[in-house]
Parts: sequence; C-alpha cells; structure tokens
Amino acid sequence: MTRTLFDRVWEAHVVQELADGVALLYVDLHLVHEVTSPQAFAGLRHAGRRVRRPERTLATVDHNVPTGDRSVPIADPVAALQVDALDTNAREFGIELFDLASPGQGIVHVIGPELGATQPGMLIVCGDSHTATHGAFGAFALGIGTSEVEHVLATQCIVLAKPRNLEARITGSRAPGVSAKDLILALIGEIGTAGAAGHVIEYTGDAIRALSMEERMTVCNMSIEAGARAGMIAPDEVTVAYLQGRPRAPAGKAWKSAIERWRALRSDPGAPYDTQVKLDASKVGPQVTWGTTPGMVADIAGRVPDPARLPTEHERQAAARALEYMGLAPGTPLEGIPIDRVFLGSCTNARIEDLRAAANIVRGRHVAARVRAMVVPGSQRVKAQAEQEGLDRVFREAGFEWRNAGCSMCLGMNADVLGAGERCAATSNRNFEGRQGRGGRTHLMSPIMAAAAAIEGRLVDVRAW
Amino acid sequence: MVTPFVRHKGKVVALPRADVDTDQIIPKQFLKSVDRTGFGPSLFYDWRADPEFELNRPAAQGATILVTGPNFGCGSSREHAVWALAQYGFRAIIAPSFADIFLANCFRNGLLPVQLPASDVDILFRNARGGHYELVVDLYELRVSDDRGFCASFTAESYGREMLLRGLDEIGRTLLEEPSIAAYERLHP
Repeated sequence: MTRTLFDRVWEAHVVQELADGVALLYVDLHLVHEVTSPQAFAGLRHAGRRVRRPERTLATVDHNVPTGDRSVPIADPVAALQVDALDTNAREFGIELFDLASPGQGIVHVIGPELGATQPGMLIVCGDSHTATHGAFGAFALGIGTSEVEHVLATQCIVLAKPRNLEARITGSRAPGVSAKDLILALIGEIGTAGAAGHVIEYTGDAIRALSMEERMTVCNMSIEAGARAGMIAPDEVTVAYLQGRPRAPAGKAWKSAIERWRALRSDPGAPYDTQVKLDASKVGPQVTWGTTPGMVADIAGRVPDPARLPTEHERQAAARALEYMGLAPGTPLEGIPIDRVFLGSCTNARIEDLRAAANIVRGRHVAARVRAMVVPGSQRVKAQAEQEGLDRVFREAGFEWRNAGCSMCLGMNADVLGAGERCAATSNRNFEGRQGRGGRTHLMSPIMAAAAAIEGRLVDVRAW
Repeated sequence: MVTPFVRHKGKVVALPRADVDTDQIIPKQFLKSVDRTGFGPSLFYDWRADPEFELNRPAAQGATILVTGPNFGCGSSREHAVWALAQYGFRAIIAPSFADIFLANCFRNGLLPVQLPASDVDILFRNARGGHYELVVDLYELRVSDDRGFCASFTAESYGREMLLRGLDEIGRTLLEEPSIAAYERLHP
C-alpha cells in the first residue's frame, strides 16, 4: 500500500493504538520554554513524578525575555519569576537549559534546527503552536498545550487522533522579490485560516524543492496559520547539507546510517492524500496582510478590499470589523500605507538568511523619519553570525535597533510592544487584534518587504527596488 | 483530576464572531503567571473594556455555555485560554468548528467543545438574542437541546469523550501502558 511521508513518520512512532484512530505516540524531542511549562512542572512535582527522558528534552527562555541589555536583571518582576521558575525546574528535573546568559539562547524553533537537534523523521513537540517549523526537515512537529507538556514530560508520549493529510503542491519559479513568506501567505489567503484544520500539510512541488532549509522553515512555521496540526517537507540533499556537522546531528558511522534512513522519508508516487491544493508560485507577488487574521492578505499591488463585496455575511462582518480595527478604508491601495514601526524578527523570519536579505535592502540607506525599526535575531548564534558578517553595522547605520534574541514583538510579552494605533510592518506570523500590543496594527510581510517599508516609511513593492 | 462532564444545563451567551483567536481569549500579559488558576477575570480582557461586548450585557451574566463562530480558539497553543474560559464559568462551547490545539486543551480541562453545523449555530444565535436562553448539553447522549424544540446531535472522538465523562487523569492512564512504552524504547534506543 502506498503511504505518505506523514503516514511513515506516524507509524514509526506508534507505541500503542488506544481507540478508533487514537494512538499513543513516542516523542523524540521535547522543546520547552518558560511560558507554557511552569504549570506542567508543578503538576509533576505535585504527583511525585519525574521526567522520563530528560536527555530528550531541551529548554530555553524566549517568549518573555527582554531583548535589550542582558547585563542587568530582568526589570519585569513577573517575567523574572517565570524565567527563574524554568531555571529551577530544569535543575530539579535534570533538563538542559539554554538560559539568558547562554550563547545558545534563542527562539526555541530557531535553536532546535541550529543545533541539529531537529532531524528528519522525528516526532517533535513543544508547548507552542509554531512547532510546525521543524516539519521543514521531514519531522512531524506539533504544538501542544500545557497539560500535554506535563504528559510528555512524565511519559515521553503523546495521545493523538491521527490527523488527515493535505498536499499543498507549489510549482513554478518565484519572481525576483518574492520570498518563501509570500508563498505561505498566499497559500493561507487561498485556503483560509481554517483551510487545513484537522490536517497535516505536506508541501511538495518544484517551488518547495527550490527553497533553502531556512526558507522551508518559514513555510512550515505558518502551517498553523492555515489551521494545520503540522507542516512537513520531505528531506533531500538540501536537508542533509544543512544538518551535516551541526553539534547535535549524528556523526561518523551514525551519520551515514542516518542519511540512509532519511532518504526513505518520502511520499510514494500516487500516495493517497485526503485533500490536495495547488499554488502557482510564478503568479505570487509580494504579500501584505490588511486585516486581523493571516488569511486577510493581498498582493502589494492590490487594494484593501471592500467588505460589502465579499461573498458571505460572515466574511463581510469579519472584514468590516478588521478594517475598523486596522484604521483602513476600503479601496485604499496597499502600497503607500504609512507605517510607524518595523519589526524584523520571530521564529518565522529571523534566521541568518532573513537578516542578510533585509540588510541588502537597507545597506547605505536610512530608516524614514518618525519610523522606529528593530531587528531581533532569532537566536544569539544568529546574532553572532550576523555580527561576524557586519550586518549589525549595516542595520545600525541605517537607523535600526540591533537587539538580543527572543520572541519579542511577535507577541509582545516583553517590553517590545506597539502603542495603540501604531502601524507596524512585521516579519512575524500573526496580525491578530492586540497581538503586538493593545490597539497595535500589524501588517505581515517578508523581511525584504519590511526592510523596504522601513526605508520608505510606508508599504512599498520591493520589486521596484 | 479533570472535572467530569456528563450533562449540563445552563444559560447561553452568544458571541457571533469567526476566528476568535486565543490572543483575544487571554491576552499575553496574563501568560506570565506560573499558576494554573486566576485567569477567569482576564477572559477576553481587551474586548471586555467595551461595555457593549456580548459578555458584559446583563443578560449574559451567569452564562455557562458559549455559542460562537467557526475556527474558535485559533492561533497560539496557550492552554491559558481554556483555563480562562473554564474559570470564568463556562462548561461547554458550541461552534461550527474549533482549532485543533484548542480542542485538545478543552478535553484535558473538563470544558466540552461541541461542534454543530453552522445552520444550527445560527438558530442558537437567534434564540439567544432574546435574552435569557438555556440549553442542555449532554455528552453521554451526544445531544444539545432546549425546551423550545431545538435538538441536535453531535459527535465526539471516543477517547476524549471517555476522558471527559469519567474525569480521567490522562497521565495515570498512559502510565498503565508502561510495558508498551518500555518495549518501544528497547526497540528504539
């Protein structure tokens, strides 16, 4: 019987079938951060349970940490308490922690791949919805809640009903100025924010094969924004080349047998998907969101839609509400909308290639007057690499703030937030109401689009640059 | 220990919006807590600043069943959203669809997510518009009904249903599979 990539990874992890389609699955890698774990550790402690496989668990602090000066204590006492709690829990339960002082600290979904801890065929979980990022390596990687975090800590297993399988086939070549971010935003715009609910997406097609590893991570990262349980891309030579020599990747003999295993991780020709969608990459232009869900997105050459012209009552209501929140009038051209802030960061788009691409746009130019722009590298290693390449100087000279690693203004749990009414060009993944700060208005886009917007002080078409 | 859910009769509040994300249900500033309790007052924090917000209306006070639009609970995996809804007093949420992670979190906290066709949910929106409106949600019979003749059946995935009906401790249940877990580990060192 033909099987998909997802079928293969699922079957390899079944410990026990429990009920109609529900199975107990073994977790290879459990990533932990400070915000969704304290209650899980408290539960373990309360029940007198231990962590079953501490060596398969990695922790870091990313969500609420300050991105400014790290030589001073965390100013927010509540955030400090949560960071301290992870430190205590990691020590007590014997888990490796990349803390604020560690050169390996960073956004959990950036450091896993960077260490080579993320590998093809693994089942990876984390108390964070953007865990889908790791699927770029052909892993089945999904976000879970805190009760499940506790369950994985105690049992190294997770109970799951098998999701359905959706193939997103993306073909054709991208035009210059069109990024991986544009492909995934266009796909979400096409299928909607619940378009892949109950499914694991497998991204296939020559446009996906042509992506670098980091670009694949950007695509898989936003699978959750289409409602998917996870996103996956079958491993290939690009994957192998990325992992070779990474600190946690197999080495020597183990490397050779790992590659053999990984090469078998693919969908059979004609394998049965429950759902299939297609996207022509050559028809995709740079995308910008205009509303308050990632599905409210359009080509930069387009206009803010008129809610009255949308097909269903619920779309009309949602769009009208979104435009009111965003302070936008129907019919306004997207290009030219003035912005106040720029955020270059997040697990979606703050890896070294993102920073290089954005730096190429801003080199020798300056951020527009009255615009505040910041770069928050995805990890301290990305930051160090960028500094070695001189990218920090490029950004600073252009008027960007150059900060330390963390989730930062993607979700605004630390001091990096938008003020009410401030409009932001962001490379992150969610434009929900208040996401980046109460009353803040977020436009999602690619790093080069955000960089160009910073220079012009308004949304612009980077293809004209 | 999860609060078991078998059958619940309660007052309904309607929130006819689609794509209500977990950032709206419980904004970020409340995620810094290291406790599992105390989230109820912060439910829909930003929206509740508006006196006209559905949950602020006098008729909505004491509601235990939330009827809402499709893709409820999308976005962040934060279980704090479910804790906030449950601690506010909700026992069941009725919607045409739910986000996957949110759904999984509900089952682990005694909060019953009920998926009904959009046409049924529209009827409930209309019924709730008049003020005091009650529904009976029965997980054992897999049925939602009122005393005006509305009756709709729903499905629930059997594992989650059993967990809710019996208020099972999922970790305790999984640890009963210890021999299988140990066998898997021997095969996959």
